[in-house]
Amino acid sequence: MRFRFTQTAIDTAEARGELLDLGAGGYVSFEGWVRDHNEGQDVIRLEYEAFQELAVKEGERIVAEALRRFPVRHALCIHRVGTLALSDMAVWVGVSSAHRGEAFDACRFIIDEVKHRVPIWKKEHYRSGDSGWVNCERCAAAPHHGHHHEPAVSPVHK
Amino acid sequence: MQLKIQYYAVMREQAGRSEESLETSAATPADLYGELIVRHGFTLTREQLKVAVNSEFSDWSRPLSAGDAVVFIPPVAGG
Repeated sequence: MRFRFTQTAIDTAEARGELLDLGAGGYVSFEGWVRDHNEGQDVIRLEYEAFQELAVKEGERIVAEALRRFPVRHALCIHRVGTLALSDMAVWVGVSSAHRGEAFDACRFIIDEVKHRVPIWKKEHYRSGDSGWVNCERCAAAPHHGHHHEPAVSPVHK
Repeated sequence: MQLKIQYYAVMREQAGRSEESLETSAATPADLYGELIVRHGFTLTREQLKVAVNSEFSDWSRPLSAGDAVVFIPPVAGG
């Protein structure tokens, strides 16, 4: 599997080992970490959830596309789900290649596509006590029905 | 016909459940979302969502069959 989920800390040494290849002259990796701020709010932890059946298929398609587009040897992406603390690693991408240029390009392609296409959601919890689904701020901007509902999209005031 | 609907993230919170089975005459995912937006008061419009049927991305106009599993996909935020 070239895209997978884990509920526990990502083992980067093990993941890197899956990319070893006698024909590879180097390897590029990207680690996404939980940051303590987003859009002016102090973040204290994150929750990730995924629609895993489809997410794994779409993630595999992205890595396969990267392997077709860039002449690299191996590529792998691991995404964590569950509750993450500050500085925890949320996602890891690794690419091994004969030469460095295409390894950087393929790594960048994979993380960018994963962020845009794979059904994974991130809920931020803030120091203020609020929480919110990332990228969902505008989701409640113009509900088409007339009656009122509590805004269940971010930021949610508790 | 009976459909299975699974909810994630903001959809799960607004529906107050992670899945349900529903008896419906909705012919397409678009029709189904029209029913569910009334039933659960979802704040997202169809234009803000994608839809999956049986764990694969689908058109909103795909004909639904009994037993299909439908997931509405709010804006994603991996990484």
